[in-house]
Amino acid sequence: MKAEGKRNIWREYQKEIACDHFYYQRSCIRQNFFPASEKTFLKILRDELGKDIYDDPLHTTCTGIGYHTDVVPFDTIQAVVARHFALMTEAGYKNMAISCVTSFGIYSEITETWKEFPEELEKVRKSLKKAIGKEFEVPANIAHASDIIYKFKGEIAEKQQFELINKQTGKPLKIVEHIGCHYSKMFPSKGVGGAEFPHVLSGMIEEWGGEVVDYPERRHCCGFGFRQYMVQSNRGYSLSNSKKKFESMEPYMPDAIVANCPGCNMFLDKWQYTLAEMQGKTYGQNGKGIPVLTYEELAGLVLGYNPWDLGLQMHQIDCEPLLDKMKVPYNPEDKYLGANKKYIGRPEVAACLA
Amino acid sequence: MGKFGFSVMETRTVNFGELDNRLLGYVLENEASFLTCISCGGCTATCSAGNLIDFNVRKINLFLRRCDIESLAREIDKCMLCGKCTLVCPRDINIRNVVMLIKKGIVKFRNE
Repeated sequence: MKAEGKRNIWREYQKEIACDHFYYQRSCIRQNFFPASEKTFLKILRDELGKDIYDDPLHTTCTGIGYHTDVVPFDTIQAVVARHFALMTEAGYKNMAISCVTSFGIYSEITETWKEFPEELEKVRKSLKKAIGKEFEVPANIAHASDIIYKFKGEIAEKQQFELINKQTGKPLKIVEHIGCHYSKMFPSKGVGGAEFPHVLSGMIEEWGGEVVDYPERRHCCGFGFRQYMVQSNRGYSLSNSKKKFESMEPYMPDAIVANCPGCNMFLDKWQYTLAEMQGKTYGQNGKGIPVLTYEELAGLVLGYNPWDLGLQMHQIDCEPLLDKMKVPYNPEDKYLGANKKYIGRPEVAACLA
Repeated sequence: MGKFGFSVMETRTVNFGELDNRLLGYVLENEASFLTCISCGGCTATCSAGNLIDFNVRKINLFLRRCDIESLAREIDKCMLCGKCTLVCPRDINIRNVVMLIKKGIVKFRNE
């Protein structure tokens, strides 16, 4: 195929991402498991890129976890989302930046429903007005936070302090990218590259000097699956999915995993600990685990932020091997010190990961 | 289940490159009619043993083709060799011979 034809086809896989003036929608679980990622995102947008982004303390969870486990009905979640849109309208914003892939899927599902069934939109408008007296506009642009980092990956590269290169060998770092299912598998047109060729994370990795690992189970689900992990006895399904991915990526000897979904990040990190405890099996090159980063943490490392300010000490799998390869300076004694320099405690580590 | 309250389920993906298919080859070589099995389940439906205990003749084909010898050995031990399955088979497969070949083959290849 001619290059021009390829470019034309690829153009159809792009999505429109707003340039500035974002209303930030935080995630509920990321703030627990990767507490500095969202702060890093705000810092990069405000301080590095000079963008306007509003972090609203009034918004709540999207209730996506409840919705996907059949606890929250569709009407209820529509009302919650409509309230968020009302807060955004009141704050004077039109572009939404969403931290969580589950929330991103929820907003996409609901706005698409309103396009197909305008009567649902009218019903929600009436309900919201009656319940809390608020009115709202549907956002002009809904982007996932990783879309925004993807859009400005070039600007970040210009300020890059550390390349994604193994300084010990001089070769690019081999990085596994994992896209959350709800990012583009539900509505392919809502993700960069669609469901077939999601480019949002691989674009960042390549731009910042790394090499993307293309392994057989690359597009397999991480296993998060709300119904799987909510019930303890079902968590084996979740764990087995992650194990399938680890087994598949292991021969390619990846240096790190990057994901754009809170659940994928959490389980790809924590299940490595579980598998080490249960089966004594680890998947990293050094006989330990493979570090799992969020895209904000990766961007923060590239920009030269202190790894402990990025919250890397909260990971189950130690990130120090990756930092050593990138030659990112860090003080091991500061690892478990909080913002006020108080000791925050050390996580329990599986014997074969220690 | 251990302290977690759940466990890992091993993948059911079959990697044909890593399978020990000597037993399958031995059975097909000596009873070629087994190649024509369409897995209709007539054998299982008519099986006397299967009516009384948890035994499924059709599964023999599945385990054999997956080279799951352990499950196959467990399943084949339940057969009484009555031959009713052979009578109803629409493909005229000599299933009793298949069962005997599997029994012989398991011993033969286990000792090799």
